[in-house]
Amino acid sequence: MQSSVPLLPESASTLSGDVDALYFYLCGVTIFFTLLIGGAIIFFVIRYRRRNLFEIPRPIEGSTRLETLWSVIPLLIAMSFFFWGASLFYRQYRPPTNALEVYVVGKQWMWKFQHSTGQREINELHVPVRRKIKLIMTTEDVIHDVFVPAFRIKADVVPGRYTTEWFEATKPGRYHFFCAEYCGMNHSGMGGWVVVMEPTDYENWLSGNAGQGSPAAAGRALFESLGCVSCHGANGEGGRGPALIGLFGSKVVLNNGQTLTADEGYLRESILNPQAKIVTGFGPIMPSFQGQVNEEQLLQLVAFVKSLSTSKPETVTAKPPPPTAKPNATPPAKKK
Amino acid sequence: MEEFEVPKPPRTNYLNAEYGLKSWLLTKDHKRIALLYLGAISFFFFIGSLYAMVIRLELLTPQGDLVQSSTYNKVFTQHGIIMVFFFLIPSIPATLGNFLIPMMIGAKDLAFPRINLLSWYIYILGGIVTIYALLAGGVDTGWTFYVPYSTTFSNTYVIAAGLGIFINGFSSILTGLNFIVTIHTMRAPGMTWYRLPLFVWSHYATSLIMILGTPVIAITILLVALERLAHIGIFDPAAGGDPILFQHLFWFYSHPAVYIMVLPAMGVVSELIANFSRKNIFGYKFVAFSSLAIAVFGFLVWGHHLFVAGQSVYAGLIFSFLSFAVAIPSAIKVFNWTATLYKASISYDTPMLYALGFIGLFTVGGMTGLFLASLAVDVHVSDTYFVVAHFHYIMVGGTLFGYLGGLHYWWPKISGRLYPEGWGRFSALVIYVGFNLTFLPQFVLGYMGMPRRYHTYPADLVSWQVLHVLSTAGASILGVGLLIPLFYLIWSMRYGPIAAANPWNLPGLEWQTASPPPTENFLTTPVVTHEAYEFALPEHKQIIGKFERQKSVET
Repeated sequence: MQSSVPLLPESASTLSGDVDALYFYLCGVTIFFTLLIGGAIIFFVIRYRRRNLFEIPRPIEGSTRLETLWSVIPLLIAMSFFFWGASLFYRQYRPPTNALEVYVVGKQWMWKFQHSTGQREINELHVPVRRKIKLIMTTEDVIHDVFVPAFRIKADVVPGRYTTEWFEATKPGRYHFFCAEYCGMNHSGMGGWVVVMEPTDYENWLSGNAGQGSPAAAGRALFESLGCVSCHGANGEGGRGPALIGLFGSKVVLNNGQTLTADEGYLRESILNPQAKIVTGFGPIMPSFQGQVNEEQLLQLVAFVKSLSTSKPETVTAKPPPPTAKPNATPPAKKK
Repeated sequence: MEEFEVPKPPRTNYLNAEYGLKSWLLTKDHKRIALLYLGAISFFFFIGSLYAMVIRLELLTPQGDLVQSSTYNKVFTQHGIIMVFFFLIPSIPATLGNFLIPMMIGAKDLAFPRINLLSWYIYILGGIVTIYALLAGGVDTGWTFYVPYSTTFSNTYVIAAGLGIFINGFSSILTGLNFIVTIHTMRAPGMTWYRLPLFVWSHYATSLIMILGTPVIAITILLVALERLAHIGIFDPAAGGDPILFQHLFWFYSHPAVYIMVLPAMGVVSELIANFSRKNIFGYKFVAFSSLAIAVFGFLVWGHHLFVAGQSVYAGLIFSFLSFAVAIPSAIKVFNWTATLYKASISYDTPMLYALGFIGLFTVGGMTGLFLASLAVDVHVSDTYFVVAHFHYIMVGGTLFGYLGGLHYWWPKISGRLYPEGWGRFSALVIYVGFNLTFLPQFVLGYMGMPRRYHTYPADLVSWQVLHVLSTAGASILGVGLLIPLFYLIWSMRYGPIAAANPWNLPGLEWQTASPPPTENFLTTPVVTHEAYEFALPEHKQIIGKFERQKSVET
């Protein structure tokens, strides 16, 4: 498909070849059955055309054996589609643990990316080739969707929750990405480029854009300025509120006896709506921070809490994040 | 000729029994109400097609050079709303179903003639409110009304458009109710369930969905309006709501609604295949019960619209599995139609061309549905032109082809006149070619990554524009093809040759009365003694022998 008018999108992720294989299988079966049925129809229509005005064909009642045959065979073929598609999907939707994380915030009609090392981008995402990249996404307004055709990935970005998608690009290049969930006036303009770079180029790019505090550092500054320290401890060691050290990824027991795993969504909910899930042994004393922090600041707070978990594998970066933020570091809300 | 008893065109029929506007607007005759619907849905189809033209013209070039983005968004939204709610859903049931169900089962009318008229007025009221929304400034949410865009962010006429759909839903519910009661209680002596024409079976299944599904969309629209007006917080996460809940509610109706659109067309195609092959349908009971199976399974697959929406992985797996299951009854129908053609006596009249076209297009539409049910492929093609192409194959290639085939087939009965057969075949061919040229390239476009609802697209992707140009060229051919029947059907109402009572020489009950039928359908209540599509009966052979050459009656 190297012609000037290709009929397939570029294939540039570890997943794209597998999705294409299933697609070709589906195309093959579709073409086979369309030709089979179309061919049978054309053959019958010509062979059994009405030859004289008075002919009455002999009635044929039907055949349970044939009915069974053409129910079971399509069912078996459909099941092959199901299992193939489902196993790929399962792989697609279980994010790897050692991925490079990028925080994504969509808003009408732009995309804001922040790398775990602090670099911020708008409508462009630079990533290294042959590394697993995990996008942790939310939106400030309506539903959006990050769709990268060359990687065969797509996931809606939903207000009020975090959704994720991941990919591992296989060759350097610039790839279109699109918003694939209708979001209002400039929906079709809400896209950009994923720039996949060789690791050395990527590191050059990172250092060229250094000097921006990491999300975790910005989160720490927020943690202090919002007064979280008074209950959760100066370093998240706990107090009147639960300890945050080691919290992310651990099992939490709630006061109603339920157990859950502390993930990004749980941290987010506990900041915005603390009364929803209360850790056993603690009182419902935390105020809501709804309206006091925007989506980007929320992601920074979440990143800070995550950074307190030793179990979390350190993400490899070209340049280590600044150890602590300056006490008066302003939360970089709406600037690039 | 004189030796045969050629039935004279009856002096009075349902068309000339009464004259004047009042006699139409206050009629309780199901046949006249069917014609009222025919006029109204043709009007909405015309409006919807104009919007489609704007879309196709805009996409000829990557830039947004015909209309502005805000206009474009309204255009595709209104195309969807008009076509789905005001054309596709009522199309076959409200016109052909209304006209034919009583005639096919040997009844004088539907069970509730006044409710039937009421359903038309409700449809018109819903239509007027929707047109008000369009004229007042339009709506830009997409026909899917996804929240929170529709509840909080869009500043267009969301509530007015929603109200139009809300009102219109009741006409659907009343029609479904009327059909179910009629089919249960009004069958002529001897018309057992297994003697019903398959058109009636498919309308029975459709009616079940109309009654059970439509209230859910009404509730959903009401919730959107309440959220928009009073901010009740059901969908807004900041107030404890969930935007995905809306999508579950919306598709709980709107996926079964696809079967409301396509099941009646399947019923028409079963009639056409059997009658133009002069053969009973292969596996009658399998075809009949597959309609019911589709109606039931259709309610269990809505979650396949949410594979990438943030639904859990396991919900995705279950909905994927069930979506494959619903494909089987459709496959059974296709195989049975094809098998019916074996050792048949097939004529190439216009309705049959539409029916054969339907089978081919529905096969492609159904098979590409399997792409969308396959999770990993759906992740890539969901919300792209692949989806657009798929559902147009089902809705245009399926429903519209069934509708046009049925309209031609029963036109002599409805109007008492013959349409010009040559023009009929020619336009069917033009529509077939135009349709495929419009929508086949969109499958490729979708897999390449072109998202739906895009006003502009990147100019560096040359093949995208090539495919869009092909699609627009196809749409132009399709548009011309659709205008031809509009002209000759209207022409034939006045100038067409007068139709015989049974111009196709068929055994169905609707053909055993005058064309056009008298107001009471049958002068004496028919007694049914045989199954549907029995061509080999001695008395039918006699009919064919007598009247084969007398499609029309010279007066």
